[in-house]
Amino acid sequence: MNSADHKPLAARQQPVEKARARRPMFLDLRQIAMPVGALTSIGHRLSGVVLAAAVPAAVYGFALSLQGEAGFARWTVIAGHLAFKVAAVLAVWALAHHLLGGVRHLLSDFNVGSPLRKARKSAWFVNLAGVAVALLTAVAVW
Amino acid sequence: MHKPRIASRSRFTGLGAWWVQRASAVTLLLLLLFLLVSIAVHPLNGYRQWQAWVAQPGITLVFLLFFAALLSHLWVGLRDVLLDYAKPAGLRNALLAFVAIGLLGLGVWVLAILIGLHR
Repeated sequence: MNSADHKPLAARQQPVEKARARRPMFLDLRQIAMPVGALTSIGHRLSGVVLAAAVPAAVYGFALSLQGEAGFARWTVIAGHLAFKVAAVLAVWALAHHLLGGVRHLLSDFNVGSPLRKARKSAWFVNLAGVAVALLTAVAVW
Repeated sequence: MHKPRIASRSRFTGLGAWWVQRASAVTLLLLLLFLLVSIAVHPLNGYRQWQAWVAQPGITLVFLLFFAALLSHLWVGLRDVLLDYAKPAGLRNALLAFVAIGLLGLGVWVLAILIGLHR
């Protein structure tokens, strides 16, 4: 029991606000030890942005490939370039990570896999499986 | 009744976006699996087979639904990212408008591609 509890509400709140203002802020991302789930979460957002950036290119490729024989031929030439393959492997990582992380989110919407131990396990699975799928794609492409 | 404290944010809170994100995510997952399995089962060789496959009414419809879900999902996701990181209101609104116009443009483009298959 704190003596401040007997004071009126407004008088009690003020010191709390002050303490909050003095609370140290430590946001050096290089030094914060991130739990595995944080990496999954950041990766989910990052992969989402990567995929969003890839969509206009994908729609362009879709349009080109359906334009006629010539367009389709141009599309296969583009798809054969080294730069395209590198981008495609990156996009496959992003898709795999985003999709698996998304399924993990959907499951946790239904309270499946929320206990910390299980959540950590599934986070490791998402992080590693995303990279594994990208590596398999790289092997298949080259 | 309380007035919302941050007027520009009040448009962007709520269950609506959450539902759009979830429903589009599930739609994308199912349709992506369907498309990948279809191509794996019946590999397509060359322009004629590829064009004929996409031009089947059922497959065109799948692509239409897929892109509708994709663009909705992109809107909620990119909007969340901008609301989190683009702090000055002017910059945020400009970027939101840019994304919205870009996504609408992509939607029109996709429609044109798919309608073009059936002319």
